[in-house]
Amino acid sequence: MFAYVARRVLGLIPVLFGVSLLVFTIPRVIGGDPARVMVGERGSQATYERLREELGLNKPLFFNLKGFDDRGLEGLFDSQYFDFALGAIKGDLGQSLFTLTGVRQGLVARFPATFELTIVAMILAIGLGIPTGILAALRRGTAVDTAVMFIALAGVSFPVFWLAIIMIYLFTVNLGWLPSLGRLDPTMIFHSRTGFYVLDALLQGNWPVLKDALRHLVLPGIALGTIPLAIIVRMTRSSMLEVLGQDYIRTARAKGVQWGSVVNKHALRNAMLPVITVVGLSFGQLLSGAILTETVFAWPGIGRYIYDAIGQRDYPIIQGGVLFVATMFVLVNLFVDLSYAVIDPRIQYA
Amino acid sequence: MSDVVATTHGETAVRGRSLAQDAFRRFVRHPTGITGVAILIVFLLLTSLAPVLRHQDPLRGNLRLRMLPPTWTMGAAELQQRDLGRFAYPMGTDALGRDILTRVLYGGRISLRVGLEAVLMAAALGTLLGLIAGFFGGWLDTFIVWFVDILLAFPGILLAIAIVAALGQSLLNALIAISITYVPVYIRIVRSVALTLRQTEYVQAARALGSRSNRIILAHVLPNGLSPLMVQFTLSIGTAILDVAALGFLGLGARPPSPEWGAMISDGFGRFRVAPWLSIFPGIAIFFSVVGFNLLGDAIRDVLDPRLKH
Repeated sequence: MFAYVARRVLGLIPVLFGVSLLVFTIPRVIGGDPARVMVGERGSQATYERLREELGLNKPLFFNLKGFDDRGLEGLFDSQYFDFALGAIKGDLGQSLFTLTGVRQGLVARFPATFELTIVAMILAIGLGIPTGILAALRRGTAVDTAVMFIALAGVSFPVFWLAIIMIYLFTVNLGWLPSLGRLDPTMIFHSRTGFYVLDALLQGNWPVLKDALRHLVLPGIALGTIPLAIIVRMTRSSMLEVLGQDYIRTARAKGVQWGSVVNKHALRNAMLPVITVVGLSFGQLLSGAILTETVFAWPGIGRYIYDAIGQRDYPIIQGGVLFVATMFVLVNLFVDLSYAVIDPRIQYA
Repeated sequence: MSDVVATTHGETAVRGRSLAQDAFRRFVRHPTGITGVAILIVFLLLTSLAPVLRHQDPLRGNLRLRMLPPTWTMGAAELQQRDLGRFAYPMGTDALGRDILTRVLYGGRISLRVGLEAVLMAAALGTLLGLIAGFFGGWLDTFIVWFVDILLAFPGILLAIAIVAALGQSLLNALIAISITYVPVYIRIVRSVALTLRQTEYVQAARALGSRSNRIILAHVLPNGLSPLMVQFTLSIGTAILDVAALGFLGLGARPPSPEWGAMISDGFGRFRVAPWLSIFPGIAIFFSVVGFNLLGDAIRDVLDPRLKH
């Protein structure tokens, strides 16, 4: 087991190296000169030169051959890519061209918003998806099954941003039941220490803020949760059907075990294994920032941070943000993979 | 599968049916598959007959008829005052007085075509790379698998967004970006088929008989990979249409006057509090076209996967 884990973790290195290469290259393909952007039209040539040097933009992209001649191996790696990659390993992702704030700080500040939204979406998707999937499997071929499957199909066929707009129109504009912009009502003054509003409000016993934060989570949570919900329903149903067709289920029935007990004890536990995988993968997917949902609901999360940076061509945020998101996604997926061994004792890794 | 048929001599003979015939027979009896095909045919007809069905220009509007709600929701007096029929503008008009229905129909040409082309490109490139990786192995395989792992490290449409950001905003770049994000799936499918087949006795026999690699690939490997490819192909068109719309919505795809569905929803997004019809109808069009491809894909999977035979 240890060897397997070690091998998988080591296997991440070439992938993350490739991701860093891609992430580094993309902003440089966009073109444009960040130093020129920062200095502005009327900045002097001297300021521009100084800034280029400060940002390291006068260095070669990958290998500094001149540096190699002067300073040997250390000089060879004195280049833009290695500055970026070595900085990233140390947790330094550079700073925004416009606000001059650190990219890492920006990501850390926005992560709780994305995390909170992801948790709500996943609670919805799991809480609704698994029982519905089981129900559809147990009522296979009936109208209930057909209806559930149709809704699940619809769930993956809507554009998420469209569903979001329709929900805002219905529940905010027409009925006035729920807010649809941001995380809290702008008139509320709340100092969140961790950035997790729900948690902080709960710990501080600040009920009005808790209620408002939860109300703000409903619509974006539903929008974000729809796709995982549909996937979980389908997976639960097909996995249940497969397990229910197994010989040991028939044996259990034949020896007179109650149907409810067969479903609960024999079928459900085995059927949940693939579902757990899907849940884990969806979690990684959502956690990595839901650009569309966050855009529609003006949700100050990671997806929106990156999207805004693309609009402004704020390269350090784009490359740092995308690198962060991809790394997190890869790590969550690895964790899901590794957790099989714990959940399913039949799987043994050599 | 085989049919028992009577011959002229009064004997019975067994006539075989090919896998394709067999699959086709199962497909026409598959209700969801037929529904999917029906939806797609309707879409194909509506979008290709757009100039015949509606005489308005999708790009130029009548400024006197700006921001009309769907005419069937308007009162009789108002219709009379404007001299309009009850179904003159069944989906309303936008801020420039353009007919939404016309734009939705023309937009279908863009969305369906771009979705289809993106997936076609991805499937072609993915199949080629998958064959190279699986069949020839070696360092090429290692390199291609590395490439796949890198692309799969980007969740959702993030990679497509980053690529469009690099290439610049346009419909063509959106197509390329979406296409690249779909390549890994096809590489994986084809590579795994090629890897398994390389070891089989009949492929080894073909090779021993002097068949060249390209003949083995065309005669043995590709036909075996065809059913998973077809299933994946149909299902990806649906998601590709959603991705095209998403990029359009984010302002990273088709440019504004274009009636691309995602761009239309985005156009309506700024005004949806007063004019929801601007966004509602293109969204419904996306929904049904994606449902069509998803139903078709599900049916093809059921039909081609013998394990699911009931």
